[in-house]
Amino acid sequence: MEFKNTENYITTKDLEMAVNAAINLEKPLLIKGEPGTGKTELAKQVALKLGLELFEWNIKSTTKAHQGLYEYDAVSRLRDSQLGDKKVNDIKNYINKGTIWMAFSSEERAVLLIDEIDKADIEFPNDLLHELDKMKFLIYETGEIISAKKRPIVIITSNNEKELPDAFLRRCFFHYIQFPDQETLAKIINVHFPKIKNNLLQSALEIFFEIREVPGLKKKPSTSEILDWIKLLLVEDIPVSDLKKDPKDMLPILYGALLKNEQDVQLFEKLAFINRNR
Amino acid sequence: MYTNFFLDLKKFGIPVSIQEYLTFLECLKNNLSEFEIEKFYFLARATLVKHEKFFDRFDQIFSSNFSGYEKINIKTIIDKIELPKEWLEKLAEKLLNKDQLNEIKSLGSFEKLMETLKKRLEEQKGRHQGGNKWVGTAGTSPFGAYGYNPEGIRIGQQESRHKKAVKVWDKRIFKNLDENREIGTRSMKIALKRLRMWARNGLDEELDLDNTIASTARSGFLDIKTRPEKENAVKILIFFDVGGSMDAYVSKIQELFSAARSAFKHIEYYYFHNCLYEGVWKNNRRRWEEQISTFDLIHKFNKDYKCIFVGDAAMSPYEIEMVGGANEHHNNESGRTWLERARSQWPNNIWINPTHEDYWQYTQSTLMLQEIFDNRMVPLTLNGLDEGMRLLN
Repeated sequence: MEFKNTENYITTKDLEMAVNAAINLEKPLLIKGEPGTGKTELAKQVALKLGLELFEWNIKSTTKAHQGLYEYDAVSRLRDSQLGDKKVNDIKNYINKGTIWMAFSSEERAVLLIDEIDKADIEFPNDLLHELDKMKFLIYETGEIISAKKRPIVIITSNNEKELPDAFLRRCFFHYIQFPDQETLAKIINVHFPKIKNNLLQSALEIFFEIREVPGLKKKPSTSEILDWIKLLLVEDIPVSDLKKDPKDMLPILYGALLKNEQDVQLFEKLAFINRNR
Repeated sequence: MYTNFFLDLKKFGIPVSIQEYLTFLECLKNNLSEFEIEKFYFLARATLVKHEKFFDRFDQIFSSNFSGYEKINIKTIIDKIELPKEWLEKLAEKLLNKDQLNEIKSLGSFEKLMETLKKRLEEQKGRHQGGNKWVGTAGTSPFGAYGYNPEGIRIGQQESRHKKAVKVWDKRIFKNLDENREIGTRSMKIALKRLRMWARNGLDEELDLDNTIASTARSGFLDIKTRPEKENAVKILIFFDVGGSMDAYVSKIQELFSAARSAFKHIEYYYFHNCLYEGVWKNNRRRWEEQISTFDLIHKFNKDYKCIFVGDAAMSPYEIEMVGGANEHHNNESGRTWLERARSQWPNNIWINPTHEDYWQYTQSTLMLQEIFDNRMVPLTLNGLDEGMRLLN
């Protein structure tokens, strides 16, 4: 099993290395990077490329570790017992599988995505140490031990909102998705919009990288933003000449797709104002 | 084999453990690096470094450990060391095409193979003018059983690779991910979140399972019990030093303030100048008209409040020690008295100092405040905030 560039996902060599090492040694892969650089997309592409089933577990601030394993629905059992339902005699009827369990029980090797692990409580990763390491867990209610039929490829993404515990990090491979350089970004855009004209692409990229270099931006636009922006440019059918109307006009056309923060827009307006007065 | 490299990583403060090192060796054993130094580098980075802030440091250590190896040429190695047969065969497979390989095989002798290989290597070397054909430290022999690990070899095959003359790790692209990054409100909030005290207050909205089961068993019918959801009940009282020498830190303090405002539900803040005296205020513009008595605050907020002072602690020592020492008004009691009163009312307290820790020792008033606060003074950095939150807990 080897992961490489796919038709609609451009990888770098270091990313390939990290993914392949994780596949080979059957250890989780932790992916970090600026928002919008394709962290979540990676898991989907790995699954697609290798033809494996993908199990997605999206983490929220309220998510608890055991929810990924299983949940014991005591309330419905209680209700059923009131109604005299036969089901009530078997506790198994009230144990609901979580995403990790589903990935473990897959006959074929699967891809398990634990998305945005940093959203959860600080202790969350620690609670999953054993489960991800040994790939098995115990159901207390029935005493059953569930272990993975085939160890899934585990991909974990994080947005750096919380530092992850050392013990957890030690068990993972780590990759930081760098923001792509102009060349790679052009490739990525070409994959998404194969019909884009070269001169439009070049000037759009130029403007884009100029924006990224403006100091003091709260949120630098990233890959997903430029893809949205180019989509808009194409839909609106904006000619290249309109892209660079006035060098003094700092705000790019349809900037709403690139700048998502009011303060950033204001910053640009200020810069534009300063330039105009020159 | 790579122990020195590993120890160097530890020495320069990258948190690596034996476990990670073993994983790394296992990767090499599985031949994931495929005798290429670049892949070797990526592999080492993915296994040994777990935070992007260490990437730059890692690049430098990698460079210092492994630079120069690429200059060793393959012939020296073949001449100097007796290489295991399988390893050479593997090398031959990489270098020679199928027909040539079959030809040699039909000749059947190992010496012949060696000879051809050497010749071939020489040829290649000549043709590419040396530079590109090198042996690095990349990879490892796949033949662990021999107990020999010839430090892997990369014999460049793809022309495109050679164009990249600058090695990835020497570019140091991760330079600005290294520590000392600017702390934004987001990261401050995370640091402040360390300070949590869960308590149940408010509306009964959550199902209380244990209680439900107990009360169902007692009454013989399903009796649902609910309880309020957990929330962060920590209470914070902040005093900000304003004006004068604090002007330089305004933007930093603003960030801290906005982070604290959103991280804590129960937060009260007041301003003071240089040192705490009998009056504080909430509105800087009307600081003389609308002073609030510090005494009242001490009686208003109970011991549950965690008290944070934010200030650069730079003032004349008289402002702390002397009656009448304050620089803007006449104070009837010394600053020290007031600070000690506040500290005994709110035992969970810290002083956050926006000036750099290294300069504290040169300001006498800072040293005095440190003493008053039993060294519970932390700098306004992420680490400092972390430390401070620990002190408050």
